Amino acid sequence: MTYYLDQLLNGLSLGSLYALIAVGYTVVYGIVQLINFAHGEIFMIGAFGALSTWIVLSWVTGGSTAWWNLPLMLVGGMIVAVLTAVLMERFAYRPLRNAPRLAPLITAIGISIFLQEFVRLFYGQIPGFPDAKAAIPFPQLEFFTGPAIDVGGLQVHRGNFFVMAALLICWIFLWWFVNRTATGRAMQAVSQDPDTSRLMGIDVDRIIVVAFAVGASLAAVAGLASGLRYGNIDFKMGFLAGLKAFTAAVLGGIGNINGAVVGGLTLGVVEAMATTLIPGQFGGPAWKDVWAFVLLILILVFRPQGLLGAKVVDRA
Amino acid sequence: MRNKKLLGGAVALLSASLLFAGCGSRAESSASATGGTATKTAKIGVIAPLTGDLAVMGLGIKNSVDLAIKQANESGAIPGWTLELAAEDDQATPDVGANAATKLAADDDVVAVVGTLNSGVAQPVQPILNSATIAMVSPANTSPNLTQGADLSNPTRTYPNYFRTCTTDAIQGPFAAQYLFESGIKKLAVVNDKKPYGQGLAEAVAAKFKELGGEVVADETVNKDDKDFSSVIDIIKSKSPEAVYFGTEFQLAGPMSKQMGDKGLNVPLMGGDGIYDAKFIELGGREKDLATSVGAPIETLESGKSFVESYKAAGFSDGYSAYGAYAYDAANAIIASLKQSLASASDAKSARQATIDGLSSVSFDGATGKVAFDEFGDAVTKTLTVYEVTDGAWVAKQTGELK
Repeated sequence: MTYYLDQLLNGLSLGSLYALIAVGYTVVYGIVQLINFAHGEIFMIGAFGALSTWIVLSWVTGGSTAWWNLPLMLVGGMIVAVLTAVLMERFAYRPLRNAPRLAPLITAIGISIFLQEFVRLFYGQIPGFPDAKAAIPFPQLEFFTGPAIDVGGLQVHRGNFFVMAALLICWIFLWWFVNRTATGRAMQAVSQDPDTSRLMGIDVDRIIVVAFAVGASLAAVAGLASGLRYGNIDFKMGFLAGLKAFTAAVLGGIGNINGAVVGGLTLGVVEAMATTLIPGQFGGPAWKDVWAFVLLILILVFRPQGLLGAKVVDRA
Repeated sequence: MRNKKLLGGAVALLSASLLFAGCGSRAESSASATGGTATKTAKIGVIAPLTGDLAVMGLGIKNSVDLAIKQANESGAIPGWTLELAAEDDQATPDVGANAATKLAADDDVVAVVGTLNSGVAQPVQPILNSATIAMVSPANTSPNLTQGADLSNPTRTYPNYFRTCTTDAIQGPFAAQYLFESGIKKLAVVNDKKPYGQGLAEAVAAKFKELGGEVVADETVNKDDKDFSSVIDIIKSKSPEAVYFGTEFQLAGPMSKQMGDKGLNVPLMGGDGIYDAKFIELGGREKDLATSVGAPIETLESGKSFVESYKAAGFSDGYSAYGAYAYDAANAIIASLKQSLASASDAKSARQATIDGLSSVSFDGATGKVAFDEFGDAVTKTLTVYEVTDGAWVAKQTGELK
């Protein structure tokens, strides 16, 4: 029994990671109907930002791995990720705001390749920073990493606690932000009808920047969590993670924040359970991605709007 | 329903980007033009991953070949000729490797190639270089099929141009199984990454371990891009093995070992020469983890020490890594053969067949021990060493031959 609980926990924590990234896809899609494929790269840059912060701190602290590094790394990662996302929006997407839909989509793929190669080639050029052409070990902070904690017979990986708690906090914060603040309500208004919102005095450009920034902050949290959990980061970590998170966003209903969270958790749990519950030739770790995508196809066939997505009335 | 259309377009584009993700070559050639005007030029190619996860090993190979070439040029090993390095990046990807081989085959100055690192990349490269009669000496391919054909019970040499300076999985895998069994481990879990190298090695280990009377309690696979091994670790853990053998390279094995520790599966992880790199420890390899590597530890050999010293003196920015010494020996085997084949040749291209013929009879003491090839092109040396992570570094534990 504990074995299945172990696997459930693996799934939930992996799912939390997907969910944190998926929110970024969904928030941006909800506002500008753009699938920002470069979002996986923002996750990667968040992780590199956190690592860079630690490296800079280590020049003063001599490489301390005490727990108090975490909030500083988190802030550092967020600043870098948000800055990248905002610049990306300003210089790549905004000029294409009224272009045909495929133009920004292809731009997104271009930015994704650009950011990956940029980190690969130039990160190691900064004095004192490690070469990013291969995986870089991530600092293992005390308390957040280390031996598993025994909870009633369950061996719980410390990184799991961190990523699940992070998702919970971010989810509550997002709910408060979207429903209880003026900016959040403006976001809802823009997602429903940008032209009317503009007439009501909402600065649509600012709201779009906010949407990118919110997605980027959560991606940075995920980047840090991924580094702590897996012990290393590399320049192409955003590709597969971004793909899975995009899948999660579609699964949950793209454009819906709760959908992204539910979709992420579902995808993570299905992957973990497929390795465990399906016996024989079609089971096991090698088949986990197959079952995850079988589920996606089934859901898109029977519920095209996703688990929590509403049927969208086309506004055009 | 614009949104649906958009999603469809997105999925199509995404799959296209997936398709192209593996393509495109970032070729890097660092031919260093040296020497006088009267000498003719012959090139020794290198095909290895110079970028990506395995770049550490690939750059070690490239630099070591570079070192051998520089030494040969300085000592005037081949009168009237200057050797040059023509290094191509294969990104550890078969398609890119094939492109690199085609490019080198089209260069009339290329007489021989050192490479590849990955057995999976060697498969498409072998026939391309063979049809151009270019000798290929691999410092690192350990798949037995590359020399002895698909049916190992009835071995036939597939490509007469192919040689290697390292031992194969047919010896490395059983040697690991034998070491584990003799150190008292009776229950083993086996994992591989589904690449030819990892899979071949894991199968060889499992077969020998069973033959010795041990029990293989789990046989699992992971994907080569996976970062999260928690599910597979829980499966293995539920079977309570005394050790885990992981057929893969260090960039997966390091994180796997770390996650095993995090999950409380405190048994050693063992791998082949692909994890025998300092990066394995940096990425999470724990104390007591094990690796086999081909040959005796180079620090224990007189010729190995001099290789290490000249490598350090040459001031390369990357270490020689697991295969540097084998690449150095491979290059020197080629140079030894070139001494005969180039002596009477008018141009480099006409010396290609003679270079292949010459390699079969090469014999000298290299950085890794005696360098010579048997009738299949395999190295005659079958020595292996087990290394253990001790105080954050690989330390030689036992050197021997397969019984």
